[in-house]
Amino acid sequence: MPVVAEALVLERPRSLKQALAMLGGDPGLTPIAGCTDVYVGLHFGTMSDRRFIDLWDLGELRGISVERDVLRIGALSTYSEIIASRIVQKRAPMLVAASREVGGAQIQNRGTLGGNVANASPAGDTLPVLAAANARIVLRNQRSARTVAFDSYYTGYRKSVRQPDELIVAIEIPRIDGVQWWRKVGTRRAQAISKIMIAGVRGRDVRVAFGSVAPTVVLATNAAAVLSRGGSIGDAQAALRHDISPIDDVRSTGEYRAKVAANLLAQFWKETA
Amino acid sequence: MKLIVNGKSRTVNAHPMKRLLDVLREDCGLTGTKEGCGEGECGACTVLVDGLPVDSCLIPAAHAEGRRVVTIEGAAATKTGKALQNAFVVHGGAQCGICTPGMILAAAPLKTGASLDEIKTALAGNLCRCTGYPAIFRSVTSALKTKGGARAGRR
Repeated sequence: MPVVAEALVLERPRSLKQALAMLGGDPGLTPIAGCTDVYVGLHFGTMSDRRFIDLWDLGELRGISVERDVLRIGALSTYSEIIASRIVQKRAPMLVAASREVGGAQIQNRGTLGGNVANASPAGDTLPVLAAANARIVLRNQRSARTVAFDSYYTGYRKSVRQPDELIVAIEIPRIDGVQWWRKVGTRRAQAISKIMIAGVRGRDVRVAFGSVAPTVVLATNAAAVLSRGGSIGDAQAALRHDISPIDDVRSTGEYRAKVAANLLAQFWKETA
Repeated sequence: MKLIVNGKSRTVNAHPMKRLLDVLREDCGLTGTKEGCGEGECGACTVLVDGLPVDSCLIPAAHAEGRRVVTIEGAAATKTGKALQNAFVVHGGAQCGICTPGMILAAAPLKTGASLDEIKTALAGNLCRCTGYPAIFRSVTSALKTKGGARAGRR
């Protein structure tokens, strides 16, 4: 049953400072920006939140820059902005590749990187990229800021360390040393939610992350360790079974996901050789 | 709140979380924008906000405040929009017609001479259930031809 607008509350802060003060005083507010997931949840009754705080117009949360060799992407950067950014194309082409496969142009024009992180779906398309890139999430509340390694950002299915009074203000990506690789498997290239995604970096160290194969995005540390020390792809695929825990759901089966994850690992290794 | 729809300033009395789709259809009386899926999958409700295609079923009215919104009723005001509308007629790009306004607005920002790949990418968020994609791609390709517009592509 669609929710009527009159049942909803929307706070509209004019600055980041005001937004943080509102959240500090009323942590029951749900931050929203591009809204690409909000109305889906409201329309189909899967979202129980009724009181929102709108971040879309906060220019302080936009912008893509490099500071001290770290790529800093404002939380409200849209997929379209990421795709068009020369800086991201150069430093994190796998993030551009992932952004291109989120929804279609209409979704890419509104969906934000911060929103993908905050929404905390195990199927979030950019999340394996952020894991493989060793990204950091910058959080702020009205008193202070803190930076959390992406590896330790999620604590369970759709759960993160972000406190209700905190906002994601930026995503930081240090220089990525190595060849980057990204692949998404879905029923269709555009618009389809992923059955499985992989992002990999092959440099002096190997980092490989998978999406849609566990309650959260996972860094395949066991498989990467085998590849890093020169082990065979077969051994790495065997180790991968300890990294992932795919389940059956509406989009795919656990068995299919395990098989495809192993195949993708082999393809990553072959194509980045 | 105030918004600029198809070049005209309008004041509507709408809840800030009302979907832009409903503001356009109910408050502005512009029923050319269609609701298909209501979840951002089909693109039927596509409009332009500040020149960019968006799904109006996913946008709160608040995000249109003070912005320029273009719906299918205003699409013909630009050269490309007009060429697209003509081409859809000439090439049979519309069958049942529900997806057509969204298809035309999703294609509207494309540049003259866009390749088939660029056209397919721009329309990847728009579904047609009459399986008319080849006719739609022909229509858009023809409208974006460098010389003569839709006329040059007439068969």
